[in-house]
Amino acid sequence: MVSQARKSELLFSGSDWNFAKLSRVYDEIEALGREELGLDIYPVQMEVISSEQMLDAYSSVGMPLMYRHWSFGKRFLYDELLYRKGARGLAYELVINSNPCIVYLMEENTMALQALVTAHAALGHNHFFKNNHLFRQWTDAGGILSYLDFAKSYIARCEERHGLAAVEAILDSAHALMEQGVFRYRRPPKLTSEQQREGLRERLEYEERSYNDLWRTLPPSLESGNTETSSGGEAERKKSLNLPEENLLYFLEKNSLVLEPWQREVIRIVRIIAQYFYPQRQTQVMNEGCATFVHYTLMNTLFDRGRLSEGAMLEILRSHSNVIFQPAYDDPRFSGINPYALGLDMMQDIQRISTAPTAEDRDWFPDIAGRGGWRDTLLDAWANHRDESFIRQYLSPTLIRKWRLFVLADGADEPHYEVASIHNERGYGKIRSALAQSYDVGASRPDIQVVDVDLLGDRHLRLQHTVKDRIMLEGESRDATLRHIRNLWGYDVSLAAIDGGTGATLSERSTKQL
Amino acid sequence: MPIFIDRRLNPKDKSLGNRQRFLRRAREELKRSIRDHVRAGRIAEIDREHAVPMPRKDTSEPTFGDDKQSGRRQHILPGNRTFSSGDLIPKPGGGGGYASAPGTTESEDDFRFVLSREEVLDLFFEDLELPDLVKLNLKQISSFKPRRAGFTASGAPTNINVGRTMRNSHGRRIALRRPKQAELDAIARQIAELEAKPAGPAARERIAPLREALDRLERRRKRIAYVDPVDIRFNRFDPQPVPNANAVMFCLMDVSGSMGEREKDLAKRFFVLLHLFLTRRYERTDIVFIRHTHEAKEVDEHAFFYHTESGGTVVSTALEEMHRIIEQRYPVAEWNIYAAQASDGDNFATDSERCIELLDRKLMRLCQYFAYVEIIDERESHIFGSTENGTSLWRAYNAVDGKWPNFQMRRIAAPADIYPVFRQLFARQPDLRKSA
Repeated sequence: MVSQARKSELLFSGSDWNFAKLSRVYDEIEALGREELGLDIYPVQMEVISSEQMLDAYSSVGMPLMYRHWSFGKRFLYDELLYRKGARGLAYELVINSNPCIVYLMEENTMALQALVTAHAALGHNHFFKNNHLFRQWTDAGGILSYLDFAKSYIARCEERHGLAAVEAILDSAHALMEQGVFRYRRPPKLTSEQQREGLRERLEYEERSYNDLWRTLPPSLESGNTETSSGGEAERKKSLNLPEENLLYFLEKNSLVLEPWQREVIRIVRIIAQYFYPQRQTQVMNEGCATFVHYTLMNTLFDRGRLSEGAMLEILRSHSNVIFQPAYDDPRFSGINPYALGLDMMQDIQRISTAPTAEDRDWFPDIAGRGGWRDTLLDAWANHRDESFIRQYLSPTLIRKWRLFVLADGADEPHYEVASIHNERGYGKIRSALAQSYDVGASRPDIQVVDVDLLGDRHLRLQHTVKDRIMLEGESRDATLRHIRNLWGYDVSLAAIDGGTGATLSERSTKQL
Repeated sequence: MPIFIDRRLNPKDKSLGNRQRFLRRAREELKRSIRDHVRAGRIAEIDREHAVPMPRKDTSEPTFGDDKQSGRRQHILPGNRTFSSGDLIPKPGGGGGYASAPGTTESEDDFRFVLSREEVLDLFFEDLELPDLVKLNLKQISSFKPRRAGFTASGAPTNINVGRTMRNSHGRRIALRRPKQAELDAIARQIAELEAKPAGPAARERIAPLREALDRLERRRKRIAYVDPVDIRFNRFDPQPVPNANAVMFCLMDVSGSMGEREKDLAKRFFVLLHLFLTRRYERTDIVFIRHTHEAKEVDEHAFFYHTESGGTVVSTALEEMHRIIEQRYPVAEWNIYAAQASDGDNFATDSERCIELLDRKLMRLCQYFAYVEIIDERESHIFGSTENGTSLWRAYNAVDGKWPNFQMRRIAAPADIYPVFRQLFARQPDLRKSA
């Protein structure tokens, strides 16, 4: 009788899913998430897709809508091959930072997996997207889907009007600069609403139609003549162009002299999409950690309350441990630090420090150790940190010992690696800051800025690469990228490598040399 | 309760456009790799899917990236068991650089992906065509096809253009101020409201003009039709002459005893290629297979490629058979006629004269193009090279070649020659087209 009663309490039984079960499980998990962890989420839209559609979504950078470009076709071929070979499974889910939050569920998943995915994506990722300050400030979850819709149809229209080749050339060049197409410090403006965009485009078209070459031949007015003579100074010139500028795509879009209005709009589309993904790249560990922590905690709670059968729980745990598998550095399967594993371990560590701290923990984390408020600590961390600051703040000696982390110093001109720090008293701090540093996206990608251009002279665009630790740019792809910049700028471009410490010029490369 | 959307039935090939763009971009390289593959000797195999290596030229995506060979950096790794700080570990690769760069570049090298059969054939037969396919038709236009050409005010009821008609009707209704149903309804409602109240002289006074107005509007509505005959527009069709691209290809092959296994094999491969090309590029092309020993016979595709037979060699029988079939089934006015002949060049002693005569007098006048392919021994290939002399048939055909510009002859000595010769015979010839 007892077992009968228990069975009737199960959320689901059997491995087949249907929409009624999905809905029941979602409601239960959502209520539990709010009550247990204090999660705060966007409304959820769940879409069931097949594995082919999942592959499609992969190749268009995970977005449900995307403009067409050959590089997505190339990526699709890679993903498809890896999948067919069995080298890589498909993700069980895909989640999109939008409002409502879109969660893709794979048709092939069993009911247990769908429950896991619901907790992971619809609760964990969703909460993170809605609350993390990077996403709140830098992306517009409400506007992204309609913007992508606009981007797709705009680029399709450009292809019709100007030909595939012309659009492809612009997209190729813009894609090459995607990494340099984000504002790292200045906050980007909100996406304008559809009507505003429509209005802008109409104005552009009107200007194109009513363009009259005669205006150009008018003698310059007195005022503009004045400014021309007075803006001879270099400092003045830079100020008027707002230099130095770190966002190369933005600079080219606004100041290039050779681009047509539609080409500027295409560059803008690429730039906005790059900006949209920028927070995701800074919060990989936290985002995955948050989702993994949420699904692990919620699934265990459900199991403890007798809502999940043992079989389902076993299946969930198997998937869970696959996801958080972290091989050691000398394992053939090692391919870097697994963000799921690191994130989950750090968050569980915070839970441990709050409830059962050691003396060492009290030393390192006096403000949270033993206070018991791990929920608030986590909610606060999810809202206010990115990977770099989160690791700097919360990576504990206990975890460094558990992971047996060590730092390997690698100088290109030395025949040896040197083990710089290991998991000991002297090493904890150094490992923590080195690991945090390695997750600082802003610092780990090359720092390239537009420093000068004389628009009235030879229009030579000068870029500057501030070299850190003498790490130079890879020559071949640098030259190819410079060529792309030249295409967009229309005149010669040069890139000077300046040592960040001494300010000495290490090398200079100009498109004239190519 | 979340929103559920079942997208499983949505179209799957969302990235097909991307794939096409990618293939177009890598076209040259893919074409080369397929042709190399075919040259290596498996011609019948092009008619199916192919795995090709990932093209590298034109498909790189450069970005500014760090040079792995320079500077100082730190790696943070898990799983330390033996090291303590200060340990030196020799770099793999004898102190060169940081050798364990992520394997993306290597895996891209040996990465192969599958092209579908259609994609393979498209790439393979690109810029090949039957010469002068339209020449005949321009002279003799025999069929017409209706083509959309705007609108007209008269026509058959089936051709009514509803959109255009309704647009006209709408404009006319606005211009003539046809009362809308809503206006009538509003007045009717007012009347009903007034009538619902207890009747008094004041109410009656108000109802009367309303009724009048309603009446007026209704009459006006009846007078001005919703759709008037003047609104109606019909789709107009113009008869457009279509060049009729009927083409027939005669495949003639010598299967006599002198053709050894090797020769037959090469000839068959040539025809397989031709067959694929024709069925791929032209929707409506008849193919007639004729094989001959000392007598010629029309056979079906399977018999042509697979049955064996032996006997003497009288080439003219095949030409006669071809002529007979043309007379019977393919009137020259309606058909573009092509022929491809493969033989080892042996012929019955006096028959070559007859072949010349047949070609000269009859066939070359009927044919758009005649291609002769001679299968020779590999050892002979460098003896004959490009010289005029050769087998009896070759020498005989040489005379025809000089006289008729639409006659072409080539020699094949090895499987690797087949595709180049095929290309030479069927390459698109822009200048020839223009002169025609």
